[in-house]
Amino acid sequence: MSQAFSPAKQCERRLATVAVLWIAFLAWPLLAGNDYVLSLGVYFFINLLLIGGLNLLMGFGGQISLCQAGFFGLGAYVSGVLSVRAGWPPHAGVAAALILSTVSALAIGLPALRLRGNYLAMATLGFNAILTVLFTELVGLTGGPNGLSGIPPIILAGVDFGSPQRFYYLAWAAGGLCMALLAVFLSSRAGRALRAVAASEVAAASMGINAFNAKLLAFMFSAGAAGLAGALYAHFNQYASPETFNFSASVLIVVMVALGGWGQYWGPIFGAAVFTAVPELLHKFQDAELLVFGAGMIVVLLFLPQGIAGCVAPIATRIAAGMTLLARTRATRP
Amino acid sequence: MGQLPNLLLAGLSTGSVYALVALGFNVIFKSTGAINFAQGEWVMMGGMVAAAGHAAQWPLGLAVLLAVVTVMVTGILSERVILRQLARPGPLVVTLVMIAIAICTKSLVMLVLGKNPASLPGFSGSTPIDWGGLRIHPQTLWIIGITCLVMVGAHAFFERSILGRAMRAVAAQPEAAALCGIDPRMAMALAFALAAATGALAGAIITPLTLTSFDYGTVLGFKGFSAAMLGGMGSLPGALVGGILLGSLESLAGGLISSHFKDAVAFLALLLTLFLRPAGVLGKGEVERV
Repeated sequence: MSQAFSPAKQCERRLATVAVLWIAFLAWPLLAGNDYVLSLGVYFFINLLLIGGLNLLMGFGGQISLCQAGFFGLGAYVSGVLSVRAGWPPHAGVAAALILSTVSALAIGLPALRLRGNYLAMATLGFNAILTVLFTELVGLTGGPNGLSGIPPIILAGVDFGSPQRFYYLAWAAGGLCMALLAVFLSSRAGRALRAVAASEVAAASMGINAFNAKLLAFMFSAGAAGLAGALYAHFNQYASPETFNFSASVLIVVMVALGGWGQYWGPIFGAAVFTAVPELLHKFQDAELLVFGAGMIVVLLFLPQGIAGCVAPIATRIAAGMTLLARTRATRP
Repeated sequence: MGQLPNLLLAGLSTGSVYALVALGFNVIFKSTGAINFAQGEWVMMGGMVAAAGHAAQWPLGLAVLLAVVTVMVTGILSERVILRQLARPGPLVVTLVMIAIAICTKSLVMLVLGKNPASLPGFSGSTPIDWGGLRIHPQTLWIIGITCLVMVGAHAFFERSILGRAMRAVAAQPEAAALCGIDPRMAMALAFALAAATGALAGAIITPLTLTSFDYGTVLGFKGFSAAMLGGMGSLPGALVGGILLGSLESLAGGLISSHFKDAVAFLALLLTLFLRPAGVLGKGEVERV
């Protein structure tokens, strides 16, 4: 019954499932009755980039970053400011955002990841605080507390992605690319090294794995994904304001990684769904919104320690196994 | 340069409050290994309850006592009712649960005590004392005095009393401590009670200077955590030094460089300190360089 674990097979299975899921996601613009519901789909993919990136670092790398919202903001402001103040074409701004957030993660990670324990958490918390101050106080560049408005939409190859209908496909592609990259990375040598480091740094080191490099790579990936998410957010929303990117937002993203299923490949899909849907669902509780959210979070942490993916994944695997069995018996039937 | 002593005094006063918050972080970090995100909310709750008590015509001292007791009970309940249900209370899970508890605490305070900022009168009025060019708000002296008392008290508690030493034993080696008849759960409950009580006290003594509202806790928690890391996580003198260092840095950066960028300067200094002295200013070599 049980086969030897093969990373290549696992990667193939994941990629195939992602392909099926992403084809299904193409139906959202048809199902969504209006632009508002459609834009929730866009935010789902943006949140997926944020949570998927952090899950690699937190779930597989065993390190907490409290700056995911900071990198999100860095991406939004870099791309936004370059196109509003310097007249860069938006797609060049998106590339700059991606590069700058990855490079700043390198700069923070180099000193902080040499240490074990909570030091990345602390260093990233400090960096998020500094970024928040810069977003708010560099009024000439960022528009300060009032936010940066008038960010132009993305135009690629003559196609204007200004409307939610069109932008949806851009976000859809970015989200799918991120999940595919994660699947390939996790089954690659570097990805397996990262998982070994999370399980035991000492054991991994004794097998010749450079733990520092593995963690640094994961941190840079997570920051890059957040930077890309930020740039997409800025050009979709055409507006960015500092409080979207503060320390509390970073904590909330960490929470979403845990709720979705921390260290599980499919976790971020659930985390992003919760992160996108919950504020909408909780509106009707008005003032008690936060209380309901906090209580719900306690219940999930106490009763689903593996997150939502941890309780859904075994069921999905069972269904998938049943379907393959069914397909096989059909195929062998004369 | 006439403003320098005033800036330092202001730094000493906010720094003292950061030190009290950092103390709470350290006590919980020692007993669970977790970052207690609810610490800042307990500070906020302390200020809010004290202000509500005062608004209901309670004498000031009694209002502060009410705040400390209420928040302490909240801390104990959080541990008893929620954390104890965890099958495997690892540092990361406890940290996440504490975030959830922080969100609930903040929301409950808002629902019960309202969204408006609350204030308290200064413990000895608010006429500034003029002392050779230094203008001192009397509350500043209260803050510094109470912080000193709490720090000395905490030191004596952990060094001399049997309960404090039992808590240190559990923090050092839970299984060995349990074999000596110390209940690790009791130690954890005690840690939450102590952290919540110091948090509430910090909130009550700072409210006359800064006002308090339900959304004030996150920032304070964040500053207190930074102070704890700066001084060295888990070290009591470290909390004091880290708090005062962070408070002075902020105050000096605000007064001498730019009040808009004071947080950025303070955190830049914090990052540099961490990178150069990873275990914190007073921390011992618990951190391994890989």
